[in-house]
Amino acid sequence: MSDPALGLTQLLLFLFFIMLGFPIAFTLMAMGLFFGYLGMQERVFDLLVVRTYAVMANDVLISIPLFVFMGYIIERANILDRLFRSLQLASGGLPGSLAVATLATCALFATATGIVGAVVTLMGLLAFPAMLRAGYDPKLAAGVTCAGGCLGILIPPSIMLILYGATAGVSVVQLYAAAFIPGVSLALLYMVYVIGIGILRPEMAPRLPPEERNVPIGKIVLALITSFFPLAFLIASVLGSIIMGLATPSEAAAMGSLGSIILAVVYRAFTWTKLKESVFLTARTSAMVCWLFVGSYIFSSVFGYLGGQSVVEEFVKSLPLNSFTFMLLAQAIIFILGWPLEWTEIIVIFVPIFLPLLDDFGISPIFFGIMVALNLQTSFLSPPVAMACFYLKGVAPPSVRLEDIFKGCMPFIYIVVFCMLMVYAFPGLVTWLPETLYSAEAPAPGAPGLLDAAPAGGFQEQEEIRLPALN
Amino acid sequence: MTDRWAVLSLALVVAAAIIVGIVFAERATVKRVLLGIDRLSTFIGQAGSWTIIALTLAIAYDVSARRFFRAPTDWGYDVSYMLYGVLFMLAGAYALSRNGHVRGDFLYRNFRPSLQAKFDLTLYILFFFPAIMAFMIAGWHFFDSSFMQNERSSVSPTGPLVWPFKFLIPLVGFLLLLQGLVEVVRCVQCIRSGEWPQRLSDVEELEKQILAAAEAKGAEALAVEMARGGEAAVLSTAHLSEDRAARDPGPRHPHS
Repeated sequence: MSDPALGLTQLLLFLFFIMLGFPIAFTLMAMGLFFGYLGMQERVFDLLVVRTYAVMANDVLISIPLFVFMGYIIERANILDRLFRSLQLASGGLPGSLAVATLATCALFATATGIVGAVVTLMGLLAFPAMLRAGYDPKLAAGVTCAGGCLGILIPPSIMLILYGATAGVSVVQLYAAAFIPGVSLALLYMVYVIGIGILRPEMAPRLPPEERNVPIGKIVLALITSFFPLAFLIASVLGSIIMGLATPSEAAAMGSLGSIILAVVYRAFTWTKLKESVFLTARTSAMVCWLFVGSYIFSSVFGYLGGQSVVEEFVKSLPLNSFTFMLLAQAIIFILGWPLEWTEIIVIFVPIFLPLLDDFGISPIFFGIMVALNLQTSFLSPPVAMACFYLKGVAPPSVRLEDIFKGCMPFIYIVVFCMLMVYAFPGLVTWLPETLYSAEAPAPGAPGLLDAAPAGGFQEQEEIRLPALN
Repeated sequence: MTDRWAVLSLALVVAAAIIVGIVFAERATVKRVLLGIDRLSTFIGQAGSWTIIALTLAIAYDVSARRFFRAPTDWGYDVSYMLYGVLFMLAGAYALSRNGHVRGDFLYRNFRPSLQAKFDLTLYILFFFPAIMAFMIAGWHFFDSSFMQNERSSVSPTGPLVWPFKFLIPLVGFLLLLQGLVEVVRCVQCIRSGEWPQRLSDVEELEKQILAAAEAKGAEALAVEMARGGEAAVLSTAHLSEDRAARDPGPRHPHS
């Protein structure tokens, strides 16, 4: 069998084996080794170790355990409850106020923790019953809780973008700057939608009784100062220092972890047990992510060596695709992969297959990354493996059926798709902030770069060093 | 490879250990040994996980020294990636012992436990052991050549020794082999009894704790508790129900 055929076999067999449910990191490692041995014999073992060491000494991935740690500390800091109550007070006057407060709480808390399950279960116990009590349509309430809980993997500082940055070899800082506006707009679009529902169909999202609406301003401000502002300040300083270039992501993440510990201490929620739990969980989650990287590095190195990548590239190039239809196809594939798989696997294993193609179609990897990040919001919401919906089902009253939760999520999936179309139509939403901040012109995709063209005046022939004759 | 015989005999030892584990899966001695391995993986993983605190503090110190006192450290960079490497490498076997490595489980989760165990057992033998053996042996050579040169880091002026860091690869390979043995026997026990045997448990993700508590007490009762006592109440309830589950010797589905 020729090498490229081996590479393709490797990919197809992997797609089969991934379905058998074995830990993916080891499946990747074993298949990479097996096909690597067929293609390059014993050198594959050196490759394995060198790639492993590349993950161990990777200075982009350092920020993953730090952000994860920050998330686990904040998750246990008794902050969600206050945050929700104060935002509920603050949004009291708006139509659909409870849903707006839920979304705002989710956006902020999820951004700080980055852990979807925890946000959805906690909000499922806190905000979901509150909305049901206030007479909200259970479907709407479920959709709001699930969709809000997923925002944390999109809005920076998110772990997903670090993973994408490490996979695609693009700057995490630029990704954060690029994702900021789309992420916040998605959250705002969600809110606009529920406010719209509150106005047009008040029976689905009834207004609060007047005595809960007219809260004195002083009380609202006090509630916000003690709950909303500290957390918002923490996130803003972490994100701000990264985007403004004052600190690298790992430095900002370390400072953010310290900040979150201080926050937990102030809220009197910092105990030895909680610290221990956060530390152990951090190690396990980091191990999960980084071992996936170890496996995927060796797998994709072998795949590239065998030439499987170029076969895929040739094939896609032979299709009658332009930049728009390619983007559509890629996003559709990722959308479908999001049904059965989780975002970690998609980013680490499948996105690398698309990356070399981006250049052919003139799409910048940063822009593509933001589209993928938006797209993967749906992977938590779309059946059959809609983790967010299952988490909510687990903590919802038995009368709320899983189908209702799925149905409630559908409008939010449409909003995500709408947001993707908007970003595609107005790429400025993604590119404006990074371009403004990092004024060094990013070369237009496809344009000849510094290294593509010959220098003015052509290349000079190197002078050959002539050694004197020996005798 | 010059050490073909060493590799071969090592492979035989591993194969023998797997066979002994499978055949005598129900013996008390075997169970005690396996529990010991589980505890070892846990201990090493947990000990390693404290490096996250060191990592946080080291980076915070480095940043403050550089930003505010214009006294950058010459060890900051090396120390940070080494601590991060130690953190995730040592937790590899620990995560395996807690079923913490991500699976593509959209079909798998609906299988009967014994079918899950059959697939797992096959793939442990087919995939896991050969790959980790290669990982360990190649890692040993990688470490060995670094050790022979007394290799130092080339990315900072102090240049700390690198070979202890590289030693992690064969070490973790060995730990993973041991833990893999435990998992194999667990699969065999599950195939025989139809239920997954219980895992050691220390701490679970918050959502799992909450879901377990909701199942035990009813979601509405938990929500009432949340409305009354805030999330502190829910967190402590969730914690309690997890403690009970950890002590309860009955089998638990790993993905519940």
